Amino acid sequence: MDKTWNNKAWFLVLPVLVLVAFSAVIPLMTVVNYSVQDTFGNNVFFWAGTEWFEELLSSRRFWEAMARNLIFSFIILAIEVPLGIFIALNMPKKGWGVPVCLVLMALPLLIPWNVVGTIWQVFGRNDIGLLGYYVNALGIDFNYVQDPFDAWVIIIVMDVWHWTSLVVLLCYAGLVSIPDAFYQAAKIDGASRWAVFRYIQLPKMQRVLLIAVLLRFMDSFMIYTEPFVVTGGGPGNSTTFLSIDLVKTALGQFDLGPAAAMSLVYFLIILLLSWVFYTVMTNYDAER
Amino acid sequence: MARIDVNHIRHSYLPNPRKDADFALREVHHTFEDGGAYALLGPSGCGKTTLLNIISGLLHPSHGQLLFNGRDVTSLSTQERNIAQVFQFPVIYDTMTVYDNLAFPLRNRGVPEADVDRKVRETLEMIDLASWAKKKARGLTADQKQKISLGRGLVRSDVNAILFDEPLTVIDPHMKWVLRSQLKQLHRRFGYTMVYVTHDQTEALTFADQVVVMYDGGIVQIGTPAELFERPRHTFVGYFIGSPGMNVMPVAIDGRTATLGSQRIELPGVPKAGGGAVELGIRPEYVRLGREGMSVSISKVEDLGRHKVVRARLEGREIAAVIGEDETLPAHPKVRFDPAGINIYADSWRVEMGA
Repeated sequence: MDKTWNNKAWFLVLPVLVLVAFSAVIPLMTVVNYSVQDTFGNNVFFWAGTEWFEELLSSRRFWEAMARNLIFSFIILAIEVPLGIFIALNMPKKGWGVPVCLVLMALPLLIPWNVVGTIWQVFGRNDIGLLGYYVNALGIDFNYVQDPFDAWVIIIVMDVWHWTSLVVLLCYAGLVSIPDAFYQAAKIDGASRWAVFRYIQLPKMQRVLLIAVLLRFMDSFMIYTEPFVVTGGGPGNSTTFLSIDLVKTALGQFDLGPAAAMSLVYFLIILLLSWVFYTVMTNYDAER
Repeated sequence: MARIDVNHIRHSYLPNPRKDADFALREVHHTFEDGGAYALLGPSGCGKTTLLNIISGLLHPSHGQLLFNGRDVTSLSTQERNIAQVFQFPVIYDTMTVYDNLAFPLRNRGVPEADVDRKVRETLEMIDLASWAKKKARGLTADQKQKISLGRGLVRSDVNAILFDEPLTVIDPHMKWVLRSQLKQLHRRFGYTMVYVTHDQTEALTFADQVVVMYDGGIVQIGTPAELFERPRHTFVGYFIGSPGMNVMPVAIDGRTATLGSQRIELPGVPKAGGGAVELGIRPEYVRLGREGMSVSISKVEDLGRHKVVRARLEGREIAAVIGEDETLPAHPKVRFDPAGINIYADSWRVEMGA
């Protein structure tokens, strides 16, 4: 079929382009501007070229923060996905339990992120926090302010508490769409509980699970608020993720050039990942 | 293969059924003979699927007993009953190949792989999908998927019965014929006990040796297609089977004569009516249209190609008659009822006629 070319149509997308220019492109270009210059205030700029990028990519601090991010994402995915599936499988399919469970599941998702951080910051304290106090009372030495391992534990537990619901809700949506006949046929075929999961439930959840993994990975890779509130990146740098590091550099040390370079690299990583996920998902759809 | 005795089974979906109306199945008592092909025919909500699920063990009846070859299986699970069931919507395991789909029920039962292979290959031949064995089941058409559903039942040689729950609903019309005749062939070749639930009379009548007509939670008639056609035991069977359904009209009986308004109709015998509302039933195929008999006014003629259906009014009531494609309507049409096609009903149930 011949395509009709009509360049007048571009005028119709003009409003959107203007909006996006002001909200995204122009701010992004200022960041690019900062990233290639050095400034000591008073609007005096010196050309720095690729210096900040070279410095960043050869700095240990950056790669350590990156490694922490990846490890964090990996751990929370490894916990939240199986746990989410498990909870979704055990949620009631009908009756009064359904709305109760759905509301309970949705609650953590409705809480603002800094409030989640504050809740766990207090909850985990070993002097007045309910959790911290009793864990210590059990004879386990738990102090997330001083011990890096404990700090990781509290951040991971917090993220699992906050976001497993999302995986649960997505999986549950996939599960309830399976017609009863599938379970009945499986019974007749003598399928075990595991076989039902492996050959009926998992294939039906595949698509929503993919979305869940994508969302959780992206979110956890960009995590900022909650660890910032709970540990502030410490003790030491043990919970300093890329985003926290970025804010420290930009607003703490006021190193605008290096911070801008870091933002751009961070942005490119997210862009790359988004592209990878988009490709995976569209390929997956095409295969269906 | 097994003989299935449904022994005074009642079922209700409510926890504490009291009235008759609480029961989805009021009471069913029937024997499905070993190797028979049965159709459960009835409108939506008549309890046919409930009965089927009770036989397969997906439901446990509130009352009554189910026997396979004389053995009580009422409390056994679906697996232990060893039956096959094909559902309305094809159930396939998406991620598996056609071959693995068929092997699934055998592997679940721990059958040695050599036997699995032999049985699966046999079954693939039977359902005509041998060349698809290595394909993913996901890409198949609806009728192929339905054949796989059936195949998963056939692959277990020792199944007690194969149950079908409106299996052709989602199949294209031209494939329905093909599948139905393949089913019929499988039945003839291997002698499975088959129970086939449907609300489509053509499906029921072409598939089954015995059609079980259900209405309002009970069986109203069991018979061969010819019996259901000639001698409907209940006016519902008369309406439901045949196209158009039987003409039913209230009459008064006096000996061998029925009175319909101002008309008098000779009966083939004396009905043993015990009172109640008396009705006369006659199929459109037995209504003769001609120059003698009772005057009617014709309201509509539907030409169906092979024959015509004449809609007319007799004594103020709608009546349908079937006439040949080449027959023409007389100027002053009159109808006569062929005595061979007359049935008398008291309170909707057919009464015998004596000499």
